[in-house]
Amino acid sequence: MAYAAGVDVGSTQTKAVVINEDRDIVARALTDTGANVMRAAVSAFEEALRAGSIREEEVEYVVGTGYGRYKVTFGNTQVTEISCHGRGAVQMFPRTRTVVDMGGQDTKAISVSPDGEILDFCMNDKCAAGTGRFLGAASSALDIPLEELGPTALRGQRPVKISTTCTVFAETEVLSWLGKGKKIEDILLGVHKSIARRSAGLLRRVGIDEEVTFTGGVARNAAMIETLNEQLGLKVNVSEESHFMGALGAALFGLDHILASRVPAGERQEQ
Amino acid sequence: MSPSGSAETIVGRGNREGADLFREWFEELGVAAAEERGAAYVFVMGSLAELLRTFDFPIVFPEINSLQTAVRRVAHEYLDEAEDYGYSPDICGYVKADVAVQLRRGDHPMGRVPKPAIAVNTNACNTYIKWAEIWERMYGTPTFTLDVPGTREAGGQTWRGDAAFENDRKYVAAQLTELIGLCEKVSGVKFDVDRLRENMSSANRMSIGWKRVLELNRCRPATFNALTDGTIYLGVANALRGTERGAQYFDELAEEMEYKAEAGLGTISEELYRLIFVGVPCYPLFRRFNEMFTEPGGTFVNSTYLWFASGGSNLGFQYDLEDPLESLAEGLLVSVRDAMDSMFFQTQILSDMVTDYSADGVVYHPIKSCRTVSTGLADSRRDLMDSRDVATLFIESDMMDRRVVSEAQLKNRVDAFFEGLASRRQRAAIG
Repeated sequence: MAYAAGVDVGSTQTKAVVINEDRDIVARALTDTGANVMRAAVSAFEEALRAGSIREEEVEYVVGTGYGRYKVTFGNTQVTEISCHGRGAVQMFPRTRTVVDMGGQDTKAISVSPDGEILDFCMNDKCAAGTGRFLGAASSALDIPLEELGPTALRGQRPVKISTTCTVFAETEVLSWLGKGKKIEDILLGVHKSIARRSAGLLRRVGIDEEVTFTGGVARNAAMIETLNEQLGLKVNVSEESHFMGALGAALFGLDHILASRVPAGERQEQ
Repeated sequence: MSPSGSAETIVGRGNREGADLFREWFEELGVAAAEERGAAYVFVMGSLAELLRTFDFPIVFPEINSLQTAVRRVAHEYLDEAEDYGYSPDICGYVKADVAVQLRRGDHPMGRVPKPAIAVNTNACNTYIKWAEIWERMYGTPTFTLDVPGTREAGGQTWRGDAAFENDRKYVAAQLTELIGLCEKVSGVKFDVDRLRENMSSANRMSIGWKRVLELNRCRPATFNALTDGTIYLGVANALRGTERGAQYFDELAEEMEYKAEAGLGTISEELYRLIFVGVPCYPLFRRFNEMFTEPGGTFVNSTYLWFASGGSNLGFQYDLEDPLESLAEGLLVSVRDAMDSMFFQTQILSDMVTDYSADGVVYHPIKSCRTVSTGLADSRRDLMDSRDVATLFIESDMMDRRVVSEAQLKNRVDAFFEGLASRRQRAAIG
C-alpha cells in the first residue's frame, strides 16, 4: 500500500494529512506555523507519520500547499491552496460546486467543477477583514479564547452592527460597544455576522452554486456556520476534516501522481 | 522587406534602441530645463505631439515621468512627499509622483524635467483635467482641454461620411483652431502648416509600423512580450510621435518582428500559454510581475495598455496631408475615441483579440490608483466569460504604490490560474 501526503503551511497553522490509495485519511497532524516555516512543515509531517505509524519511505509523494508551500522542501511539488481546497471539498462532498475557505489571513471563494477543477476563485485583497484574523481581534479585545467565541456568539439575541471593514479598527469598535454596555454575546454575534456578510460577497463574485462547502480553520466555529447559512440562505457542508481540507487536496494531487506513474508510458494522457 | 543586418543585430534591437532613444529624449528635456524653456505637458491619450512640436515645445508626458519613478523603485519617495504635502493616499499615484517632481523643481531619477509652459489634455481621463489644474495653481500654466466625443454605445462608432461623425469632427477641429492660437501666443512661434504636415507624415509612418508590430504578435511563438517589450515600444511611440527618428524606429521594429516571426523566434524557451493583459502594468514590481507568468510558460501577446496608452494609434490611422488640420481633427477623434473604447467598450474587442491572437487566457489587472481604467473590469470579465470559454484571472495591485502590492498574494493567484490553465488543457486533450 502506497501513501501520499499533503502539507498545508498556512499563515497561522500547518496541517499534514496522509492518505492511502483508497483516498482515506490515515493520519493527520496540526501544529502552529510560527516563525520557522520549514520546521513547522517538517514537524507536522513527522507528527502525522507517527500518528499513523507510517514510515517516511512508505509515503511515495508529498505535495506542499498554503502560503508556505515552497518551504516544504522535502515535498515533491507544490500546488496552491486554492486548487487543494477545491479538490479536498469535492472529495468530501462530491456535489460541491462552491467552496468557501476561511483561514487565518484570507478567505477564498472557489467555484469548482464536478471533478474538483477550479473554474473561478476570488479572495479578500490586502486586508484581513472577513477572515479568521478578524475573530482573533475580537477574541483579544474581549479576552475570550478563540474556541469559545462561537458558543458565546450563539447565545446572542440582539447582534450589534459592526460597521468597520478593518480588522485593526474592529477591535476598537468592539471595545466601544462594550463601553455602551452591550452584552458580549451580542457583540460577538455581530462580529460573526459581519464576517459572514463579507464572505457572502466574495462568494457572489464567483457565483453561488449549491452545494456550498465550508473549509478552513474557521469552519470549526459553530456560530460562523450558522451566520453563513443565514447569510447565504442555505446549509453549507461542513466536514470534521474542514481544517485539513487543503492538506487533503494536496495529498489527493500526490496520489494522482502516484497512480499516473504506474500507467505504462504509452498509455498516459500527456498534458 | 529585407532585414538590414544579421540576427545578432536585428533581434533585440527594438529594446536596445528604444531604451537609448528614451534616455536621449530625457536628456533633451534636461537641456530644456537647464535653459529654463517651458514645455508642453501632455498625456498619452491624445498628446497632439505632432502639432505641439511645430511650436518648438519640448514635450513632457507626466504619466511617463511618474511610472519611471516606480520602475526605478523610488516611487515611494515621491508618493510620500506628495502625501506629506497633503495629497490623500487615495489619489492617483501618477498625479502624486508628478506633484513631488514639481515640488523638487523638476528633479527626477532620469534627469530634470522642465516646467510647463502649456498643458494640453483631453477628456479621455477625468484625472487629466484635475491634474492640469494643479500646474495652473502652481505656475499659472495655461491649460487647454480638448473635449473629444466618445462612442455612444457598444459597436456604435460612426465613421467618415456619416453626419454624426462629421459633426464630431467639426467640433474637434474648431477646438484645434483655438488651441493653435493659444500655442502661438504662449510660444511666440507662428503656426507653420508645412511643419505640421512633416510631423504628421512621420506620425503616419509610425502608426503603420505600430499596427504591423501588433499584428505580427499573432504568430506563434509571439515575437515580443506585450507587457515588458511592448512597454518599451510604447514609450517611444509616445515620446517620439511626430518625429523622423520615431518613424524610423517603428520601421525597424516592424522589420525586427518580421524577422523573428519568419525565424520562429519567441520570447521564452517554451511558449505554453498565450495571454492578454487588461489594464495598466504593475510598475513597482514590473519584471517580477511578468516573471510570475513567464516562469510557468505564459507570455503576453497583446494588451489593452498597448491600445489606450498609445492614444489609439494602434489603429494605424493615416492623416491626409492634403488637408492637415481637418485630418488632424479626424485622427484625434478616431484615436482618442478608440482609447476610451478600450476602457468603456472593451468586451467585443477583447473577444476578437482572444481569437486573433489565439489566447488561452485573459488577465484583468485593476489597480487602486486608477478608477478610469479599473472600474469596469469586473463587468467586462463577466461579459467575456459569458460569451467565451476562456480562462480569466482577476488580480489587483497598483501602478505606482508598492505599499498596496503584495507579491505573495499575487503569486498565489497567478499560480492557481496556471493550475487551472493546465487542467483545462488536460481536459481538452481528453476530449
